[in-house]
Amino acid sequence: MKYFDVYELIERDELKELQLNRLRKTVQRVYTNVKPYADKMDEAGVKPEDIRTLDDLRRLPFTVKQDLRDNYPYGLFACPTDEVVRVHASSGTTGKQTVVGYTRADLDIWNNITARAMCAAGATKGDFVHVSYGYGLFTGGLGLHGGAEKLGAATIPVSTGNTKRQLQIMRDFGSSVLCCTPSYALVLAEAIKDSGIDRSELKLKCGIFGAEPWSENMRRQIEQQLQIKAYDIYGLSEIMGPGVAYECSEQNGMHLNEDNFIVEVINPETGEPLPDGEYGELVITCITKQALPLIRYRTRDITALTHEPCGCGRTFVRMMRPRGRTDDMLIIRGVNVFPSQVEHVLLSMEGIVPQYMIVVDRIDNLDRMTVNVELSPDMPFDAIRLLEQKERSIKKALESTLGISAEVHLVEPKSIQRVEGKSVHVIDNRVLD
Amino acid sequence: MYVKQISVFIENKFGRLADITGCIAEHGIDIRAMSLADTTDFGILRLIVDKPYEAEKILKDNSFTVSMTSVIAVGIDDKPGELARAIRVLSDGGVSVEYLYAFVSREAGRASVIIRVDDGDKAVELLTSNGIKFLSDTDIADM
Repeated sequence: MKYFDVYELIERDELKELQLNRLRKTVQRVYTNVKPYADKMDEAGVKPEDIRTLDDLRRLPFTVKQDLRDNYPYGLFACPTDEVVRVHASSGTTGKQTVVGYTRADLDIWNNITARAMCAAGATKGDFVHVSYGYGLFTGGLGLHGGAEKLGAATIPVSTGNTKRQLQIMRDFGSSVLCCTPSYALVLAEAIKDSGIDRSELKLKCGIFGAEPWSENMRRQIEQQLQIKAYDIYGLSEIMGPGVAYECSEQNGMHLNEDNFIVEVINPETGEPLPDGEYGELVITCITKQALPLIRYRTRDITALTHEPCGCGRTFVRMMRPRGRTDDMLIIRGVNVFPSQVEHVLLSMEGIVPQYMIVVDRIDNLDRMTVNVELSPDMPFDAIRLLEQKERSIKKALESTLGISAEVHLVEPKSIQRVEGKSVHVIDNRVLD
Repeated sequence: MYVKQISVFIENKFGRLADITGCIAEHGIDIRAMSLADTTDFGILRLIVDKPYEAEKILKDNSFTVSMTSVIAVGIDDKPGELARAIRVLSDGGVSVEYLYAFVSREAGRASVIIRVDDGDKAVELLTSNGIKFLSDTDIADM
């Protein structure tokens, strides 16, 4: 059994004491430094000194994605901006990005927790870690990269795309640990088969896969086809990025890094806490972060917790694989997509009406997104060239806003079903099991 | 010179063409000429009919996506080389053809050609000066 550091084995009582101590400091800090938080707490009638036990956490108001948007870009930062050394961003629901920041100390913590994930998956200093997550504003690439370096492994920042080149690097550089989305792992497996590369030419032994929902069935496929052990990792940029929770050799739930985060699972409608084993919305409070310590952040991910001791010896609570979302966010090839972003793009275009249907399929293990858009009844469409130009310009606008490509199909006016009340904008044909 | 053409946007969906042609037939509209252009996910049906305004209204009333455009209609002798001559006139004059379709007229030995070009007025000028005859909406209606 290998652990990255002693915190992973901390006694629960000691952990609780540590958490309370860190929580109180964090609450005091955000109350002093972040006006929107102070206002929210005043409104809820709670002062930092009211936090005397861990249960008092429940007296604090929730933070939601809208708060980040309302205070775009840096309004919720709790440190002077000159202490910020890194900024990441993720897609927002209306075209505005959610901006997150990290101090030097935050990056150390992040690297530490992703290093724990690497270590739990069996990676060591001697490994070559092949990072095929996107590098950039998305936290995936740099997140795993930092963990691999922290572990002392040789880190190969391959980033996404160009599958052929990925295979060549994998073989020639001796990649032994793979980090990417689970669906891309299957694409790579397929490509290896087609390329004629013999498995014995590859040193792959394990993989850390996340950023999109997957299933036990997909895990078995990845493990069989790539002949590796496949581990899950969980995270979100608002809280940190990948590494908020990680799977161990037991492959039975992901350990949440409780020395840095306090987690709750609540009934998304009432906000009431749910007991172990019951599925609800995951809520996370950051207790060590300096730049952006969100308090009771509603992740919108649906999961359940278990405090049962784990066979690996780690004492951190485990969360189950997220079962879905409480909002309409889609995860397509690891990228978060909100239907409202698509709407936003369409509203800015001429010749079409913002009536649309997003169809998501998984073909050959890759997600494919198609947006059907209604042509405006007044659009002069006699030339096919013009219609094709229109499709191309929508495609381009979607790609630049969403960060992923989508097929665009123009359809006849009024052909997309209108539903009374809540409109249906998504058909997700992906089957996870 | 110019005649009215009805264009209908059609998604590539089973039975759609049958719906449109059925709708026109029910209302006693006579199709003089037609062409169907297609891409992978949609097509455009272009129609020359005896009563274009009526056809436009009927199709719109039945929720089809319709647009009316003016296209050049010329009448030529139905013999080898005649179409080539007309096209040559346009290309020599620097006019690009976007699409074209032809049909044989009931009048013996005559053919009609529907042409959509990038510069309509220039095309008319070129064709006129080369003695090529045009058809009007009335000619189409009376065919």
